Amino acid sequence: MMDATVTTKATPGATTGLTSATSSRQLTLWIVLLLLAACLPWMVYDWNTGRHSGFVLTMLSQMGMMIIFALSYNMLMGQAGLLSFGHAVFFGLGGYCTIHLLNAAEKGGLPVPIELMPILAGLSGLGFGIAFGYMAAKQRATAFAMITMGIGELIGTVAIMFHHFFGGEGGVSANRMIEKSLFGVSYAAPVEVFYLILVWTLIAALCMLFLTRTPLGAMANATRDNFERAQFMGYDPRRVRFLQFALSGMFAGIGGGLYAITYEIVTFDAVASALSANVVLMTYIGGATIFYGPILGAAVITLMQSVLSLYSNSWLIYVGVMFIGMVTFAPSGLAGMIEAHGPIARAGRLRRLIVPYLRISIPAIALLLGFVGLVELLGFLTIGQAQGKKLVLFGNKIDVRATMPWAVTTALLVIGAAWLRVELRGFIRVWGDITADLKLRSV
Amino acid sequence: MSATVTIESALSLKDLRKSFGPTEIIRGTNLEVKRGERHAVIGPNGAGKTTLFNLISGRFPITSGEIYLNGTRIDELAPQEINRRGLSRSFQITSIFHRMTVFENIRCALLWSTGYRYSFWSPLWAQKALNEQAERLLDELNLLERRDLQAGLLSYAEQRALEIGITIAGGATVILLDEPTAGMSHSETEYAVALIKRVTEGKTLVMVEHDMHVVFGLADTISVVVYGEVIATGKPEEIRANRAVQEAYLGALTE
Ligand SMILES: Nc1ncnc2c1ncn2[C@@H]1O[C@H](COP(=O)(O)OP(=O)(O)O)[C@@H](O)[C@H]1O
Ligand SMILES: [Mg+2]
Repeated sequence: MMDATVTTKATPGATTGLTSATSSRQLTLWIVLLLLAACLPWMVYDWNTGRHSGFVLTMLSQMGMMIIFALSYNMLMGQAGLLSFGHAVFFGLGGYCTIHLLNAAEKGGLPVPIELMPILAGLSGLGFGIAFGYMAAKQRATAFAMITMGIGELIGTVAIMFHHFFGGEGGVSANRMIEKSLFGVSYAAPVEVFYLILVWTLIAALCMLFLTRTPLGAMANATRDNFERAQFMGYDPRRVRFLQFALSGMFAGIGGGLYAITYEIVTFDAVASALSANVVLMTYIGGATIFYGPILGAAVITLMQSVLSLYSNSWLIYVGVMFIGMVTFAPSGLAGMIEAHGPIARAGRLRRLIVPYLRISIPAIALLLGFVGLVELLGFLTIGQAQGKKLVLFGNKIDVRATMPWAVTTALLVIGAAWLRVELRGFIRVWGDITADLKLRSV
Repeated sequence: MSATVTIESALSLKDLRKSFGPTEIIRGTNLEVKRGERHAVIGPNGAGKTTLFNLISGRFPITSGEIYLNGTRIDELAPQEINRRGLSRSFQITSIFHRMTVFENIRCALLWSTGYRYSFWSPLWAQKALNEQAERLLDELNLLERRDLQAGLLSYAEQRALEIGITIAGGATVILLDEPTAGMSHSETEYAVALIKRVTEGKTLVMVEHDMHVVFGLADTISVVVYGEVIATGKPEEIRANRAVQEAYLGALTE
């Protein structure tokens, strides 16, 4: 619905006055966000104990590596139109390589400071990207997806079978305090690791942004839009895909390297298909058609993973429903929804949307509460009750055997859904009016 | 089957054949296109004109025969290799990069010939000469105002102009255009003809075209293809007077 408007508006070019003004505003926003991320550990600093919140630091570090991972995935999905189901392979193998390199460095066999370890992780990812790209990148759409899935399963099996490199079920561990640092930092404290990740996330994201504005990046878009035509312009589209695939593997490897440094252990999970599925989710929910989409997606999903999982066993259900909802209603993701407001904001019409948004938010909240309530009630029936716990929903102790909670949540769900349908129709009408008006004025 | 190739031939087809399954669609075509010529290929629907282009440009493998571009044999090369040797084609069904902007479409079409190849280290925004060249071409195509619009949102006639732009951007010396004016209004056709004349100046042009005004206005040589064979080649007035052509082709047209 809202999304149709994204595709009907042109992607802003780089040189017209209007868009350069917007992009400089966007740049400011990103710098603010970056500074905010840099300051966050100090906002959760406990001055009494003199320690940072370990929870927040872990979450932020996880976000950083997932942002790199999702951006690298989008080099395939969004930029080259390639759906891969085995991207965790490059992340995980980058991680395993880094663990072994850390061990080598600790024994004194590798004179590489820890800050530069991600480069080696990236090179290992690149190596695997070249090897597997050779197999996969020649194929078109479906065959490509199948081969990447096959590679994912293959490496997953190999990871359990070959103990020397993968350490079997227990994985491989290492010590990141290898006492080789460019800046004399020991990386004993998680906050030091966080800053290492922050810097590398920035470097990797900027490199990937740069790549989108090179001949290879442009041709990746071209082969995505029209594989065949690229051939009649002198390019071998398979070569374009191969290079894009290999470079994407490199950045995924950097993400995996940071993972190894953070957790000091890499297990089968890092190459497993669950992580491959997760990166599809993050990229899609964030929005594959816009560069910063995967950044949003990785941040939101990581936040849900860390925070929601504290409160609910059913958090995966919420992520899944969100994914289905996005695929159905907003295929260009969170970033696409934001970008859809761009033309309206530039025309100064955003204010006209406030009331419509308020009107849909009330039934939407009711629907959400009803849904969450039902899922939690059901979830409690199957797991929680057996553990002899009490269900606490929205701050109230709830008796799951009574009819009342079930009746209320069901009513919220049903009424919320029906009411939302009505309100959405009104919202779409207003939205349509505004965009139609803007189009008229631009002609 | 002599393989002597006159060097002034930009393009020459020798006893070219193509079968799809059991049906032979191109049945022993011979064709010489001289350098700098504007050569129109006409013939009824289904005669095999587009298939001929697909064979020349390497889109389909040939069944037998030979194809020469500027004296070198190209019938076993991949499309991109043929393109790098100076042959470029357009498509009857518009084939552009619909999610990219109009500017990006043209710039991509320039990339190979300007030597960027698969570079992932040259920032495109800093390539002044390249960007200016793309802008100049857009201006020539009368698409400068549409520069930052997604190509998929252009009007039909504009997409056809972009199609031609992508085809000629790389500086190919032999240009194949497949029905460039099909589906256009009268004024759009006129505009497209002027555009084609301008941008193919000094090049070899082979064009499939149904509109006889366009054909007789633009071409200096005409070949008539019927059932996968060239039944006549000659100057426009010769073709107009040719009895066989009138029977085989003009008859089929009025069907
Ligand atoms: N890829 C293909 N597979 C099978 N038959 C084809 C294919 N391409 C074209 N043909 C057949 O070849 C004949 C000539 O088609 P085409 O070259 O498109 O004709 P024209 O361009 O002269 O109208 C038609 O009968 C068409 O059905
Ligand atoms: Mg045709």
